[in-house]
Amino acid sequence: MAEYAKPVPTPNPVSAPFWESAKAHALKVQRCVPGQHWFFYPRLRCPFCHTQDIDWVEVSGKGRVYTYTVVYRPQSSEFEEDVPYVFAVVELEESPNLRMYTNVDDVSLDDIKSEMPVTIKYDDVTADTTLVKFVPA
Amino acid sequence: MTLKGAAAITGIAEMKPAKRQEGLTGIAMAADIAIRCIADAGLTKDDVDGLVTELAFGNPTALIDTLNVHPNWAHGVHMMGASGATAVAAAAAAIHAGYANNVLCIVATQTQDDVPAGGPGLDPDYMQQFIAPYGPVAAANGYYALVAQRHKDIFGTSDEQRAKVAVDQRFNAQANPDAMFYGTPIELDDVLNSRMIADPLRILECVMPVMGAAAVMVQRADRAKDGPNKPAYVLGVGQHTDHDQIAHAQDMLTTPIAVSSKRAYEMAGVGPTDMNMLSLYDCYTITVIVSLEDAGFCEKGEGGAFVQSTSLRYDGDLPTNTHGGQLSFSQPGLAGGMSHVVESARQMMGRAGDRQVPVLDYCFVNG
Repeated sequence: MAEYAKPVPTPNPVSAPFWESAKAHALKVQRCVPGQHWFFYPRLRCPFCHTQDIDWVEVSGKGRVYTYTVVYRPQSSEFEEDVPYVFAVVELEESPNLRMYTNVDDVSLDDIKSEMPVTIKYDDVTADTTLVKFVPA
Repeated sequence: MTLKGAAAITGIAEMKPAKRQEGLTGIAMAADIAIRCIADAGLTKDDVDGLVTELAFGNPTALIDTLNVHPNWAHGVHMMGASGATAVAAAAAAIHAGYANNVLCIVATQTQDDVPAGGPGLDPDYMQQFIAPYGPVAAANGYYALVAQRHKDIFGTSDEQRAKVAVDQRFNAQANPDAMFYGTPIELDDVLNSRMIADPLRILECVMPVMGAAAVMVQRADRAKDGPNKPAYVLGVGQHTDHDQIAHAQDMLTTPIAVSSKRAYEMAGVGPTDMNMLSLYDCYTITVIVSLEDAGFCEKGEGGAFVQSTSLRYDGDLPTNTHGGQLSFSQPGLAGGMSHVVESARQMMGRAGDRQVPVLDYCFVNG
Protein backbone atom coordinates (compact mmCIF):
# COMPACT_ATOMS: atom_id res chain seq x y z
CA MET A 1 0.00 0.00 0.00
CA ALA A 2 1.37 3.41 -0.95
CA GLU A 3 2.41 5.56 1.97
CA TYR A 4 -0.25 8.02 3.08
CA ALA A 5 1.11 11.44 2.23
CA LYS A 6 -1.57 13.69 3.67
CA PRO A 7 -1.40 15.27 7.13
CA VAL A 8 -2.47 13.03 10.01
CA PRO A 9 -3.52 14.30 13.42
CA THR A 10 -1.12 14.16 16.35
CA PRO A 11 -3.34 13.54 19.38
CA ASN A 12 -2.60 15.08 22.77
CA PRO A 13 -3.54 13.59 26.16
CA VAL A 14 -6.88 15.41 26.16
CA SER A 15 -7.89 14.37 22.64
CA ALA A 16 -6.41 10.84 22.68
CA PRO A 17 -9.70 9.13 23.67
CA PHE A 18 -11.43 10.73 20.66
CA TRP A 19 -8.86 9.40 18.21
CA GLU A 20 -8.74 5.99 19.88
CA SER A 21 -12.50 5.71 19.61
CA ALA A 22 -12.29 6.58 15.91
CA LYS A 23 -9.70 3.84 15.42
CA ALA A 24 -12.10 1.44 17.16
CA HIS A 25 -14.87 2.55 14.77
CA ALA A 26 -17.04 3.57 17.72
CA LEU A 27 -16.76 7.33 18.01
CA LYS A 28 -16.91 8.87 21.45
CA VAL A 29 -17.11 12.53 22.37
CA GLN A 30 -17.23 14.38 25.67
CA ARG A 31 -20.30 15.05 27.79
CA CYS A 32 -20.00 16.54 31.24
CA VAL A 33 -21.56 14.73 34.17
CA PRO A 34 -23.24 17.49 36.20
CA GLY A 35 -24.81 19.41 33.27
CA GLN A 36 -24.91 16.62 30.66
CA HIS A 37 -23.44 19.12 28.18
CA TRP A 38 -22.12 17.63 24.98
CA PHE A 39 -19.15 19.46 23.50
CA PHE A 40 -16.50 19.15 20.79
CA TYR A 41 -13.52 19.67 20.34
CA PRO A 42 -11.90 17.76 23.24
CA ARG A 43 -11.06 19.96 26.20
CA LEU A 44 -10.04 19.64 29.83
CA ARG A 45 -13.14 21.41 31.06
CA CYS A 46 -16.76 21.66 30.01
CA PRO A 47 -17.13 25.00 28.23
CA PHE A 48 -20.58 25.51 29.79
CA CYS A 49 -20.01 24.72 33.46
CA HIS A 50 -16.19 24.50 33.52
CA THR A 51 -16.29 21.19 35.35
CA GLN A 52 -13.59 18.60 34.82
CA ASP A 53 -16.08 15.79 35.62
CA ILE A 54 -16.50 14.59 32.05
CA ASP A 55 -17.49 11.30 30.42
CA TRP A 56 -16.57 10.02 26.98
CA VAL A 57 -19.84 8.87 25.43
CA GLU A 58 -20.40 6.90 22.25
CA VAL A 59 -22.44 8.76 19.62
CA SER A 60 -24.86 7.38 17.03
CA GLY A 61 -22.72 8.55 14.13
CA LYS A 62 -25.68 10.29 12.55
CA GLY A 63 -25.76 13.97 11.83
CA ARG A 64 -26.38 16.62 9.19
CA VAL A 65 -24.23 18.78 6.99
CA TYR A 66 -24.23 22.18 8.71
CA THR A 67 -22.43 23.63 5.73
CA TYR A 68 -19.83 22.66 3.16
CA THR A 69 -17.62 23.92 0.39
CA VAL A 70 -16.19 22.21 -2.66
CA VAL A 71 -12.45 22.69 -2.65
CA TYR A 72 -10.65 23.74 -5.80
CA ARG A 73 -7.55 25.27 -4.22
CA PRO A 74 -6.40 23.24 -1.23
CA GLN A 75 -4.03 24.59 1.41
CA SER A 76 -1.66 21.61 1.01
CA SER A 77 -0.49 20.17 -2.30
CA GLU A 78 -1.16 16.59 -1.13
CA PHE A 79 -4.87 17.20 -1.65
CA GLU A 80 -4.60 18.42 -5.21
CA GLU A 81 -5.12 14.92 -6.58
CA ASP A 82 -8.57 14.84 -4.96
CA VAL A 83 -9.83 18.20 -6.27
CA PRO A 84 -12.75 18.84 -6.38
CA TYR A 85 -13.79 17.40 -3.01
CA VAL A 86 -16.12 18.33 -0.18
CA PHE A 87 -14.79 20.05 2.98
CA ALA A 88 -17.64 20.38 5.41
CA VAL A 89 -18.85 21.09 8.91
CA VAL A 90 -21.05 18.27 10.15
CA GLU A 91 -23.24 18.58 13.25
CA LEU A 92 -23.88 15.34 15.14
CA GLU A 93 -27.49 14.64 16.02
CA GLU A 94 -26.83 14.57 19.77
CA SER A 95 -26.15 18.32 20.04
CA PRO A 96 -25.53 21.56 18.09
CA ASN A 97 -22.32 21.81 20.11
CA LEU A 98 -20.98 18.72 18.35
CA ARG A 99 -19.79 20.27 15.12
CA MET A 100 -16.63 19.16 13.38
CA TYR A 101 -14.69 19.88 10.21
CA THR A 102 -14.63 16.82 7.96
CA ASN A 103 -15.10 15.49 4.43
CA VAL A 104 -18.32 14.19 2.94
CA ASP A 105 -17.52 11.34 0.56
CA ASP A 106 -19.61 9.29 -1.89
CA VAL A 107 -21.74 12.28 -2.78
CA SER A 108 -22.15 14.03 -6.12
CA LEU A 109 -21.33 17.72 -6.22
CA ASP A 110 -24.86 18.36 -7.51
CA ASP A 111 -26.47 16.65 -4.50
CA ILE A 112 -24.40 17.97 -1.58
CA LYS A 113 -26.37 20.59 0.34
CA SER A 114 -26.56 22.17 3.80
CA GLU A 115 -28.88 20.21 6.14
CA MET A 116 -28.30 16.93 4.23
CA PRO A 117 -28.49 13.93 6.63
CA VAL A 118 -25.19 12.06 6.88
CA THR A 119 -23.66 9.19 8.77
CA ILE A 120 -20.09 8.43 9.84
CA LYS A 121 -17.59 6.72 7.61
CA TYR A 122 -14.40 5.73 9.37
CA ASP A 123 -11.39 6.17 7.11
CA ASP A 124 -8.42 4.04 8.22
CA VAL A 125 -5.81 6.15 6.45
CA THR A 126 -2.86 4.48 8.19
CA ALA A 127 -2.34 1.60 10.60
CA ASP A 128 -2.39 4.10 13.47
CA THR A 129 -4.85 6.76 12.32
CA THR A 130 -8.53 6.71 11.51
CA LEU A 131 -10.14 9.92 10.25
CA VAL A 132 -13.79 10.73 10.94
CA LYS A 133 -15.60 11.36 7.65
CA PHE A 134 -19.24 11.17 6.57
CA VAL A 135 -21.40 9.89 3.73
CA PRO A 136 -25.04 10.62 2.83
CA ALA A 137 -27.37 8.79 5.20
CA MET B 1 -19.57 58.58 31.19
CA THR B 2 -19.07 56.84 27.83
CA LEU B 3 -16.32 57.96 25.48
CA LYS B 4 -18.77 59.53 23.07
CA GLY B 5 -17.09 62.55 21.55
CA ALA B 6 -13.99 62.29 23.78
CA ALA B 7 -11.63 61.77 20.86
CA ALA B 8 -11.30 62.35 17.16
CA ILE B 9 -9.19 61.09 14.30
CA THR B 10 -7.11 64.08 13.18
CA GLY B 11 -4.47 62.59 10.87
CA ILE B 12 -4.10 59.68 8.45
CA ALA B 13 -1.35 57.95 6.48
CA GLU B 14 -1.49 54.89 4.30
CA MET B 15 1.08 53.03 2.24
CA LYS B 16 0.13 52.25 -1.34
CA PRO B 17 -0.20 48.45 -1.11
CA ALA B 18 2.10 46.20 -3.14
CA LYS B 19 2.81 42.48 -3.44
CA ARG B 20 6.31 43.22 -2.22
CA GLN B 21 7.51 46.37 -0.51
CA GLU B 22 11.02 46.15 -1.93
CA GLY B 23 13.96 47.08 0.21
CA LEU B 24 11.92 47.85 3.30
CA THR B 25 11.87 45.99 6.58
CA GLY B 26 8.68 45.88 8.58
CA ILE B 27 9.99 48.44 11.02
CA ALA B 28 11.03 50.80 8.22
CA MET B 29 7.58 50.55 6.61
CA ALA B 30 5.82 51.15 9.90
CA ALA B 31 8.08 54.01 10.93
CA ASP B 32 7.64 55.78 7.60
CA ILE B 33 3.88 55.62 7.90
CA ALA B 34 4.01 56.73 11.53
CA ILE B 35 6.08 59.79 10.66
CA ARG B 36 3.77 60.71 7.80
CA CYS B 37 0.75 60.36 10.08
CA ILE B 38 2.21 62.59 12.76
CA ALA B 39 2.88 65.27 10.12
CA ASP B 40 -0.57 64.82 8.60
CA ALA B 41 -2.11 65.65 11.97
CA GLY B 42 0.01 68.80 12.20
CA LEU B 43 1.94 67.42 15.18
CA THR B 44 5.57 66.67 16.02
CA LYS B 45 6.96 63.45 17.41
CA ASP B 46 7.22 65.06 20.86
CA ASP B 47 3.43 65.51 20.85
CA VAL B 48 2.85 61.77 20.57
CA ASP B 49 2.18 60.53 24.10
CA GLY B 50 0.24 57.37 23.24
CA LEU B 51 0.89 54.45 20.89
CA VAL B 52 -1.37 51.57 19.87
CA THR B 53 0.04 49.05 17.45
CA GLU B 54 -0.68 45.83 15.62
CA LEU B 55 2.66 45.00 14.06
CA ALA B 56 3.22 41.64 12.39
CA PHE B 57 6.84 41.75 13.44
CA GLY B 58 6.84 43.00 17.03
CA ASN B 59 5.52 44.79 20.05
CA PRO B 60 4.81 48.52 20.29
CA THR B 61 8.32 48.99 21.61
CA ALA B 62 9.70 47.82 18.25
CA LEU B 63 9.02 51.33 16.95
CA ILE B 64 10.27 53.33 19.91
CA ASP B 65 13.95 53.62 18.93
CA THR B 66 13.23 54.24 15.26
CA LEU B 67 10.63 56.92 15.92
CA ASN B 68 12.20 58.28 19.08
CA VAL B 69 8.79 58.74 20.70
CA HIS B 70 8.27 58.11 24.40
CA PRO B 71 4.61 57.41 25.05
CA ASN B 72 3.05 57.41 28.50
CA TRP B 73 0.78 54.68 27.28
CA ALA B 74 1.63 52.00 24.70
CA HIS B 75 -0.63 49.10 23.89
CA GLY B 76 -0.50 46.20 21.43
CA VAL B 77 -3.68 44.86 19.88
CA HIS B 78 -3.99 41.38 18.39
CA MET B 79 -7.46 41.25 16.90
CA MET B 80 -6.57 40.16 13.35
CA GLY B 81 -8.65 42.06 10.82
CA ALA B 82 -10.37 43.95 13.62
CA SER B 83 -7.09 45.43 14.83
CA GLY B 84 -7.44 48.78 13.06
CA ALA B 85 -10.89 49.50 14.46
CA THR B 86 -9.93 48.08 17.86
CA ALA B 87 -6.84 50.30 17.93
CA VAL B 88 -8.97 53.41 17.45
CA ALA B 89 -11.41 52.24 20.11
CA ALA B 90 -8.55 51.57 22.51
CA ALA B 91 -6.98 54.95 21.75
CA ALA B 92 -10.26 56.77 22.37
CA ALA B 93 -10.71 54.90 25.64
CA ALA B 94 -7.18 55.76 26.74
CA ILE B 95 -7.79 59.42 25.98
CA HIS B 96 -11.11 59.33 27.82
CA ALA B 97 -9.36 57.71 30.79
CA GLY B 98 -6.70 60.40 30.85
CA TYR B 99 -3.74 58.16 29.95
CA ALA B 100 -2.72 60.19 26.90
CA ASN B 101 -3.81 63.03 24.60
CA ASN B 102 -2.34 62.26 21.18
CA VAL B 103 -2.39 58.57 20.36
CA LEU B 104 -0.80 57.18 17.21
CA CYS B 105 -2.49 54.00 15.97
CA ILE B 106 -0.52 51.96 13.50
CA VAL B 107 -1.04 48.61 11.79
CA ALA B 108 1.66 47.06 9.61
CA THR B 109 2.67 43.82 7.94
CA GLN B 110 6.20 42.80 7.11
CA THR B 111 6.37 39.94 4.67
CA GLN B 112 3.86 37.32 3.61
CA ASP B 113 5.73 34.92 5.91
CA ASP B 114 4.30 36.78 8.87
CA VAL B 115 0.75 35.70 8.06
CA PRO B 116 0.28 32.09 9.25
CA ALA B 117 -0.53 29.69 6.42
CA GLY B 118 -3.93 28.70 7.75
CA GLY B 119 -5.02 32.24 8.31
CA PRO B 120 -4.11 34.41 11.27
CA GLY B 121 -5.26 33.65 14.78
CA LEU B 122 -6.02 29.96 14.43
CA ASP B 123 -4.86 27.62 17.19
CA PRO B 124 -2.11 25.50 15.61
CA ASP B 125 -2.97 22.43 17.66
CA TYR B 126 -6.61 22.60 16.63
CA MET B 127 -5.53 23.09 13.01
CA GLN B 128 -3.26 20.07 12.86
CA GLN B 129 -5.72 17.73 14.56
CA PHE B 130 -9.15 18.72 13.40
CA ILE B 131 -8.71 20.70 10.17
CA ALA B 132 -5.51 19.85 8.24
CA PRO B 133 -6.25 16.13 7.80
CA TYR B 134 -9.44 16.97 5.89
CA GLY B 135 -7.89 19.22 3.24
CA PRO B 136 -8.89 22.79 4.06
CA VAL B 137 -8.81 25.51 1.45
CA ALA B 138 -5.85 27.87 1.16
CA ALA B 139 -5.71 30.64 3.78
CA ALA B 140 -9.07 31.76 5.17
CA ASN B 141 -10.95 31.20 1.90
CA GLY B 142 -12.58 27.93 2.97
CA TYR B 143 -14.10 29.28 6.16
CA TYR B 144 -15.92 32.07 4.36
CA ALA B 145 -16.94 29.69 1.58
CA LEU B 146 -18.64 27.68 4.34
CA VAL B 147 -20.57 30.78 5.36
CA ALA B 148 -21.44 31.70 1.78
CA GLN B 149 -22.65 28.18 1.02
CA ARG B 150 -24.95 27.97 4.03
CA HIS B 151 -26.24 31.51 3.36
CA LYS B 152 -27.05 30.30 -0.16
CA ASP B 153 -28.71 27.06 0.97
CA ILE B 154 -30.75 28.57 3.81
CA PHE B 155 -31.66 32.01 2.40
CA GLY B 156 -31.27 31.51 -1.34
CA THR B 157 -28.56 34.17 -1.67
CA SER B 158 -27.37 33.93 -5.24
CA ASP B 159 -23.94 34.03 -6.83
CA GLU B 160 -25.10 37.13 -8.75
CA GLN B 161 -26.06 38.95 -5.56
CA ARG B 162 -22.67 38.27 -4.00
CA ALA B 163 -20.96 39.25 -7.24
CA LYS B 164 -22.67 42.66 -7.19
CA VAL B 165 -20.71 43.49 -4.02
CA ALA B 166 -17.46 42.91 -5.91
CA VAL B 167 -18.65 44.96 -8.89
CA ASP B 168 -19.68 47.98 -6.77
CA GLN B 169 -16.43 47.92 -4.80
CA ARG B 170 -14.47 47.72 -8.07
CA PHE B 171 -16.35 50.78 -9.35
CA ASN B 172 -15.27 52.64 -6.22
CA ALA B 173 -11.66 51.60 -6.81
CA GLN B 174 -11.67 53.36 -10.17
CA ALA B 175 -11.62 56.62 -8.19
CA ASN B 176 -8.73 55.46 -5.97
CA PRO B 177 -5.31 55.55 -7.68
CA ASP B 178 -3.79 53.65 -4.71
CA ALA B 179 -6.11 50.68 -5.19
CA MET B 180 -4.49 47.53 -6.63
CA PHE B 181 -7.36 47.25 -9.11
CA TYR B 182 -7.46 50.89 -10.16
CA GLY B 183 -7.81 50.84 -13.93
CA THR B 184 -9.53 47.46 -14.18
CA PRO B 185 -13.30 47.83 -13.84
CA ILE B 186 -15.37 44.65 -13.90
CA GLU B 187 -18.93 43.52 -14.67
CA LEU B 188 -21.02 40.80 -13.00
CA ASP B 189 -20.02 38.20 -15.62
CA ASP B 190 -16.34 38.80 -14.91
CA VAL B 191 -16.94 37.75 -11.33
CA LEU B 192 -19.20 34.83 -12.20
CA ASN B 193 -16.68 33.48 -14.71
CA SER B 194 -13.59 33.98 -12.55
CA ARG B 195 -11.70 30.99 -11.17
CA MET B 196 -13.48 28.96 -8.47
CA ILE B 197 -11.50 28.87 -5.23
CA ALA B 198 -13.93 27.10 -2.88
CA ASP B 199 -17.49 26.70 -4.06
CA PRO B 200 -19.29 29.09 -4.11
CA LEU B 201 -16.52 31.69 -3.76
CA ARG B 202 -14.64 32.68 -6.90
CA ILE B 203 -11.38 34.53 -6.96
CA LEU B 204 -12.94 37.94 -7.64
CA GLU B 205 -14.94 37.50 -4.43
CA CYS B 206 -11.75 37.12 -2.42
CA VAL B 207 -9.12 39.68 -1.44
CA MET B 208 -5.63 39.75 -2.89
CA PRO B 209 -3.12 39.49 -0.03
CA VAL B 210 -0.32 42.04 -0.28
CA MET B 211 1.98 44.05 2.04
CA GLY B 212 1.43 47.46 3.55
CA ALA B 213 0.88 49.71 6.54
CA ALA B 214 -1.56 52.38 7.69
CA ALA B 215 -1.90 54.75 10.61
CA VAL B 216 -4.28 57.26 12.15
CA MET B 217 -3.76 59.87 14.87
CA VAL B 218 -6.42 59.96 17.57
CA GLN B 219 -6.48 63.10 19.68
CA ARG B 220 -8.39 64.53 22.58
CA ALA B 221 -11.49 66.17 21.19
CA ASP B 222 -10.79 69.62 22.62
CA ARG B 223 -7.46 69.72 20.75
CA ALA B 224 -8.74 68.21 17.55
CA LYS B 225 -9.80 71.49 16.00
CA ASP B 226 -6.25 72.91 16.30
CA GLY B 227 -4.96 70.68 13.52
CA PRO B 228 -5.03 71.06 9.74
CA ASN B 229 -7.81 68.51 9.14
CA LYS B 230 -11.52 68.50 9.86
CA PRO B 231 -11.75 66.09 12.83
CA ALA B 232 -13.57 62.77 12.56
CA TYR B 233 -15.13 62.37 16.03
CA VAL B 234 -15.47 58.92 17.54
CA LEU B 235 -19.05 58.88 18.80
CA GLY B 236 -19.78 55.23 19.44
CA VAL B 237 -17.83 52.03 19.85
CA GLY B 238 -18.90 48.42 20.14
CA GLN B 239 -17.00 45.16 20.04
CA HIS B 240 -18.11 41.56 20.44
CA THR B 241 -16.60 38.11 20.08
CA ASP B 242 -18.54 34.91 19.47
CA HIS B 243 -16.07 32.19 18.57
CA ASP B 244 -12.55 31.38 17.47
CA GLN B 245 -13.22 28.57 15.02
CA ILE B 246 -16.12 29.32 12.68
CA ALA B 247 -17.42 25.76 13.06
CA HIS B 248 -18.20 26.62 16.68
CA ALA B 249 -20.10 29.83 15.97
CA GLN B 250 -23.47 29.70 17.68
CA ASP B 251 -25.03 30.51 14.32
CA MET B 252 -22.61 30.69 11.42
CA LEU B 253 -24.87 33.11 9.54
CA THR B 254 -24.97 35.76 12.28
CA THR B 255 -21.80 37.61 13.11
CA PRO B 256 -20.72 39.41 16.29
CA ILE B 257 -21.70 42.61 14.44
CA ALA B 258 -25.27 41.94 15.55
CA VAL B 259 -24.14 42.81 19.09
CA SER B 260 -21.28 45.24 18.48
CA SER B 261 -23.22 47.49 16.09
CA LYS B 262 -26.05 47.89 18.60
CA ARG B 263 -23.56 48.86 21.28
CA ALA B 264 -21.96 51.45 19.01
CA TYR B 265 -25.29 52.90 17.85
CA GLU B 266 -26.51 53.16 21.44
CA MET B 267 -23.39 54.92 22.61
CA ALA B 268 -23.57 57.41 19.74
CA GLY B 269 -27.34 57.87 20.02
CA VAL B 270 -27.94 57.11 16.33
CA GLY B 271 -29.16 54.20 14.19
CA PRO B 272 -28.67 52.63 10.76
CA THR B 273 -30.89 55.16 9.00
CA ASP B 274 -28.59 57.98 10.16
CA MET B 275 -25.56 56.51 8.39
CA ASN B 276 -24.38 58.35 5.26
CA MET B 277 -21.55 55.96 4.52
CA LEU B 278 -20.40 52.48 5.52
CA SER B 279 -17.01 50.83 5.77
CA LEU B 280 -17.59 47.08 6.08
CA TYR B 281 -14.78 44.57 6.36
CA ASP B 282 -14.85 42.84 3.00
CA CYS B 283 -12.35 40.02 2.97
CA TYR B 284 -15.02 38.28 0.87
CA THR B 285 -18.26 39.38 -0.76
CA ILE B 286 -20.31 37.36 1.74
CA THR B 287 -18.97 39.32 4.71
CA VAL B 288 -20.52 42.52 3.35
CA ILE B 289 -23.87 40.78 2.99
CA VAL B 290 -23.98 39.40 6.53
CA SER B 291 -22.59 42.67 7.91
CA LEU B 292 -25.42 44.66 6.34
CA GLU B 293 -27.94 42.26 7.89
CA ASP B 294 -26.36 42.30 11.32
CA ALA B 295 -25.81 46.07 11.38
CA GLY B 296 -29.51 46.63 10.83
CA PHE B 297 -29.65 47.72 7.22
CA CYS B 298 -31.94 44.83 6.27
CA GLU B 299 -33.40 41.69 7.84
CA LYS B 300 -31.38 38.51 8.37
CA GLY B 301 -31.37 36.56 5.13
CA GLU B 302 -32.19 39.56 2.96
CA GLY B 303 -28.65 40.81 2.47
CA GLY B 304 -28.46 39.38 -1.03
CA ALA B 305 -31.59 41.14 -2.20
CA PHE B 306 -30.44 44.30 -0.43
CA VAL B 307 -27.11 44.53 -2.25
CA GLN B 308 -28.79 43.66 -5.51
CA SER B 309 -31.19 46.60 -5.23
CA THR B 310 -28.90 49.10 -3.49
CA SER B 311 -26.00 50.92 -5.09
CA LEU B 312 -22.94 50.67 -2.85
CA ARG B 313 -21.06 53.06 -5.11
CA TYR B 314 -19.57 56.23 -3.69
CA ASP B 315 -22.21 58.15 -5.64
CA GLY B 316 -25.01 55.67 -4.87
CA ASP B 317 -27.77 55.01 -2.33
CA LEU B 318 -25.50 53.78 0.43
CA PRO B 319 -21.82 54.47 -0.24
CA THR B 320 -19.90 51.46 1.07
CA ASN B 321 -16.15 50.92 1.02
CA THR B 322 -15.56 53.96 -1.12
CA HIS B 323 -11.84 53.17 -1.45
CA GLY B 324 -12.74 50.00 -3.32
CA GLY B 325 -12.97 47.87 -0.22
CA GLN B 326 -10.27 45.34 0.47
CA LEU B 327 -11.74 43.43 -2.46
CA SER B 328 -10.45 46.05 -4.89
CA PHE B 329 -7.95 48.06 -2.84
CA SER B 330 -6.28 44.79 -1.71
CA GLN B 331 -5.58 43.35 1.73
CA PRO B 332 -2.21 44.47 3.04
CA GLY B 333 -2.37 41.86 5.79
CA LEU B 334 -3.49 43.24 9.10
CA ALA B 335 -3.49 46.76 7.60
CA GLY B 336 -6.43 45.73 5.41
CA GLY B 337 -8.84 46.29 8.25
CA MET B 338 -7.17 49.61 8.96
CA SER B 339 -7.90 50.68 5.35
CA HIS B 340 -11.58 50.93 6.30
CA VAL B 341 -10.72 53.22 9.21
CA VAL B 342 -8.40 55.37 7.10
CA GLU B 343 -10.90 55.75 4.24
CA SER B 344 -13.69 56.64 6.66
CA ALA B 345 -11.54 59.32 8.28
CA ARG B 346 -10.41 60.56 4.86
CA GLN B 347 -14.04 60.92 3.81
CA MET B 348 -15.06 62.66 7.03
CA MET B 349 -12.16 65.07 6.54
CA GLY B 350 -13.43 65.88 3.04
CA ARG B 351 -10.23 64.58 1.42
CA ALA B 352 -11.62 61.79 -0.71
CA GLY B 353 -11.29 63.66 -4.00
CA ASP B 354 -13.22 62.13 -6.87
CA ARG B 355 -14.97 59.64 -4.59
CA GLN B 356 -16.03 62.15 -1.92
CA VAL B 357 -19.43 61.46 -0.41
CA PRO B 358 -21.04 64.93 -0.41
CA VAL B 359 -23.18 64.75 2.74
CA LEU B 360 -21.41 63.02 5.58
CA ASP B 361 -22.62 63.35 9.14
CA TYR B 362 -22.15 59.75 10.27
CA CYS B 363 -20.00 56.90 9.04
CA PHE B 364 -20.26 53.29 10.24
CA VAL B 365 -16.93 51.50 10.39
CA ASN B 366 -16.55 47.79 10.97
CA GLY B 367 -13.35 45.85 11.38
